[in-house]
Amino acid sequence: MFEVGKIRQDFPFLMKAEQSVPQLVYLDNAATTLKPQSVIDAVVRYYTDSSVNIHRGDYALSYEVSNAYEAVRKTVSKFIQCEPNEVVFTSGASAALNLVAYGYAEKVLKPNDVILMSEAEHASNVLPWFRVAEKTGAKIEYLPLDEQGVLTVEGFKEALHDKVKIVTLAHVSNVLGSVVPIKTITELTHQNGAIIVVDGAQSVPHTKTLVKDWDVDFLAFAGHKLLSPTGIGVLYGKFNLLQQMDPFLLGGGSNARFDKHGHVVLKNPPFKFEAGTPAIEGVLGLDAAIQYIEAIGFESIEKHELELKGYTIDKLKQFKHIKLYNEKAQSGIIAFNVKGIPTQDVAAYLSSLGVMVRAGNHCAKLLSEIIHTQETVRASINFYNTKAEMDIFIDALKDITLEKCIDLIF
Amino acid sequence: MSDLLKDPLILRQIIMDHYEYPRNHHLVEDETYHKAHMASESCIDDITVMAKIENNVIQDVCFDGIACTISTASTSIMSELLIGKTLEEATAIIAEYYKMVELLPYDEEMLQEAIAFHQVGKQANRIKCATIGFKAIETCIKEHKHDQ
Repeated sequence: MFEVGKIRQDFPFLMKAEQSVPQLVYLDNAATTLKPQSVIDAVVRYYTDSSVNIHRGDYALSYEVSNAYEAVRKTVSKFIQCEPNEVVFTSGASAALNLVAYGYAEKVLKPNDVILMSEAEHASNVLPWFRVAEKTGAKIEYLPLDEQGVLTVEGFKEALHDKVKIVTLAHVSNVLGSVVPIKTITELTHQNGAIIVVDGAQSVPHTKTLVKDWDVDFLAFAGHKLLSPTGIGVLYGKFNLLQQMDPFLLGGGSNARFDKHGHVVLKNPPFKFEAGTPAIEGVLGLDAAIQYIEAIGFESIEKHELELKGYTIDKLKQFKHIKLYNEKAQSGIIAFNVKGIPTQDVAAYLSSLGVMVRAGNHCAKLLSEIIHTQETVRASINFYNTKAEMDIFIDALKDITLEKCIDLIF
Repeated sequence: MSDLLKDPLILRQIIMDHYEYPRNHHLVEDETYHKAHMASESCIDDITVMAKIENNVIQDVCFDGIACTISTASTSIMSELLIGKTLEEATAIIAEYYKMVELLPYDEEMLQEAIAFHQVGKQANRIKCATIGFKAIETCIKEHKHDQ
């Protein structure tokens, strides 16, 4: 039974936010999410009770922490449907995508090979590929998108050709919330002889991820957008691809042995990618976060988030001064503008009424030509948001004017 | 300046006017202008300011780009304020403006309409917006001096 009121009690920030004047309403969940007490406790418990390094089994406590750390690989593998040795811990989604780009793509791409992506991609799934293209002589090509930033299977088929070697796409766009039909796209990619890299930063926290069922080759996500601490992320890769992939960071923990002549034997995946002391607190926090999410269940999470989005869209549609960009997107992201008011002023005005949203181009700087606007305001919902919170947001937008926005500086 | 100009309604009117009808809001294809592109200040504002400096005097200032109300209006006001000023006068005005933004005592006479932003320092997250145009013209002046 999904009870949002009960769920909110697990989030210390929300309990404080409700007592604030004005009440704080957090609608920037696509940027990062709030943390439940169980995640905070997992982090604090590590530092309080077992604050030692891992993979130093000479004393009992390290052995215990190492086991706890490695057990999280299993938690993650069950969560996204893969094998534990296909889970690489990284510092976040950006690090994971960069690892695929430099460790794998740079190794296999040849001049004039094509990397296919969409113009809705976040900078972290664009810039590493620009660099790889520059270094290998490969080319970047963009998929056609419609005005709501939606990729169609037909459009994808047309964009494929025999030079396409890598397809890289966000499962859910961070600007427009549009959902890519990942299983079909993956099938087509493989028929074309290419591999697919999925940026799961906005999808993994909100919908069930089935990497084996979808057959994707790589998938990256961030812990902090999934109730976890910052500084922890995951790269999933098919084990044979991880074997081919090179680490772009070397150091302690990633090698089996080396000598003074420069002979290095790296460990097997995933360990060869995890040089240096990892974010142990992050991994333990991620474990608690996944357990928390699974206890609620994605079915309830999706239903609640889409209900709130639908409710909000229906209300905002009645306001003539609001322009909506992604009514149809099946995710909790609402992209809009207030006619005649720059996004930053809208966000500042909402902030003065306690509502936290994001303004700007959301790091997707290529998208402006598709949706014919340089900037949008983004409200992004998570399962702990309520109808009452959406009402505060809607009411704030109801009578927003340029004058009121400017008056904030007096 | 009279207290009348501290009336928020009048100050708001000044900002609205410069936002809706920004002055010198264009760029020129002219090599003799100095150019400062301010895109790194925040994720949103992306403006270019151009200035023609000759005989130690700012002959022209113009700007264009995407920016919020505060950035657009403050840059528009800056352009009107500094055209025709000597570099010494301009530098003094810019320094005075920064004092005001930091909520320190300042000379109202020197700042004219720019006093519309006299309270902006209370909104720390908007200080960047209110100073972006001034930072840009400073860059132009620096470039000019470097070239001399």
